[in-house]
Amino acid sequence: MDAATEPVQSRQGRQVVVTGLGATTPIGGDVASTWQGLLAGRSGVGVLTEEWAADLPVRIAARIEVEPLEVLERVEARTLDRSQQFAIIAAREAWAQAGRPEVDKERLGVVFASGIGGVTTLLNSYDTLREKGARRVSPHTVPMLMPNGPAAAVGLDLQARAGVHTPVSACASGAEAIAVGLEMIRGGRADVVVCGGTEAAIHPLPLAAFAAMRAMSTRNDEPLRASRPYDKARDGFIMGEGAGAVVLEAAEYAQARGATILGEIAGVGISSDGYHIAAPDPEGRGVVRALQAALSNAGLAPSDITHINAHATSTPAGDVAEAKAIREVFGAAADGVVVTAPKSTFGHLLGAAGVVEAIATLLSINEHIVPPTLNLDDKDDDVDLDVVTVDPRPLRPGPALSNAFGFGGHNVVLVIKPA
Amino acid sequence: MALSQQEILAGLAEIVNEVAGIPASDVQMDKSFTDDLDVDSLSMVEVVVAAEEKFGVRIPDDDVKNLKTVGDAVTYIEKAGVTA
Repeated sequence: MDAATEPVQSRQGRQVVVTGLGATTPIGGDVASTWQGLLAGRSGVGVLTEEWAADLPVRIAARIEVEPLEVLERVEARTLDRSQQFAIIAAREAWAQAGRPEVDKERLGVVFASGIGGVTTLLNSYDTLREKGARRVSPHTVPMLMPNGPAAAVGLDLQARAGVHTPVSACASGAEAIAVGLEMIRGGRADVVVCGGTEAAIHPLPLAAFAAMRAMSTRNDEPLRASRPYDKARDGFIMGEGAGAVVLEAAEYAQARGATILGEIAGVGISSDGYHIAAPDPEGRGVVRALQAALSNAGLAPSDITHINAHATSTPAGDVAEAKAIREVFGAAADGVVVTAPKSTFGHLLGAAGVVEAIATLLSINEHIVPPTLNLDDKDDDVDLDVVTVDPRPLRPGPALSNAFGFGGHNVVLVIKPA
Repeated sequence: MALSQQEILAGLAEIVNEVAGIPASDVQMDKSFTDDLDVDSLSMVEVVVAAEEKFGVRIPDDDVKNLKTVGDAVTYIEKAGVTA
């Protein structure tokens, strides 16, 4: 790589470690059960039995496994959108695992993303307006529907005062939240940042709208087999819901307080396609640049990487573009990289995907095992990667990448190192 | 027949319990909505709209700011001439 093409992002600032993980997903109400579900290859996809689903082209989705009202008090939950409820649950689990650090609140930040925000609140409130009039629209509507609502709710819960942020980049939002948290700590603006992503968009309008883009699987009769990244018969993604959260800390801060360090966010690469509002660049050029930038940012070479948690959503175009980009950047070194696509298990968590999958990546490199990609019966000829299928695969020690891309041409690649 | 203060209080207590989760028995005449009952400015709007429906009265926004305690609200609703 000559100087002219070298990515401008370079590693700088403080080292950033992970000390807490939290999640609520279609295969488990916390990180441990989600991880066990991934290793067991247990699908979270099911048939939507609601009356409104009957006339939709897509009647399958990956619903959360543990309803928020089983965890939160009724009064607390009633002024939170479902996406905020997920966010609070995931953030509290991560915060508890980190040992509830007694950090100066002015050095504590929150970065919590969502792809769509409080869309069910918005749509249900519109129904109330039309059916019952303006006076019956709840005064809690705006705090529940605003895209920064989950970040604000988590920030309030933790009394964070170093800044609360909400990156919005569709399905790259969650990974971008970790990237923003990384920069907050590297740059010295905070010592501890709770980063996360959340999504609760299983409602007829988002389902109809994504289906109108022909982005979703219509394999309604076979929900368990519908999400099939890299398989020749894939026909689109499955919408999931849930949230993930991680506690990031400056390494020296975590060490000084004696925290258990779970891993390191060693770098990030961000690019944008400048190609199309929704379709991926078929050559994956934006992804190539994000991968290169991430490796450069972490000071690593392709041959250092042992594992890639792929974005692979099970769309015909996206999976191949990503696979081509990985092969282009890694060359022969791609043969030594174990790839998996967890959306085959819990569906596409949209704005939460990048965080939940970063958690899975961290657990893979710490426990030296990669969960399988489900339903990969006949791999696409254009996917020249070593993808784990059927059973979990042992993994050699080393750093890994977690990819997240979003409509709008957003590409975020995180570099994660084991503890 | 007009509702008694006790009946209005019981009705308000149900509303405050629904909105803020405070046990109905804690909703007493001398309690402040904000300081004692965890009813913030947004939730107060909910309490007012619910009270309007329950008691069939109209409570303009200009009057809401004078309703500091549960007793203030009970008196206001009573004077508004509530009938069962």
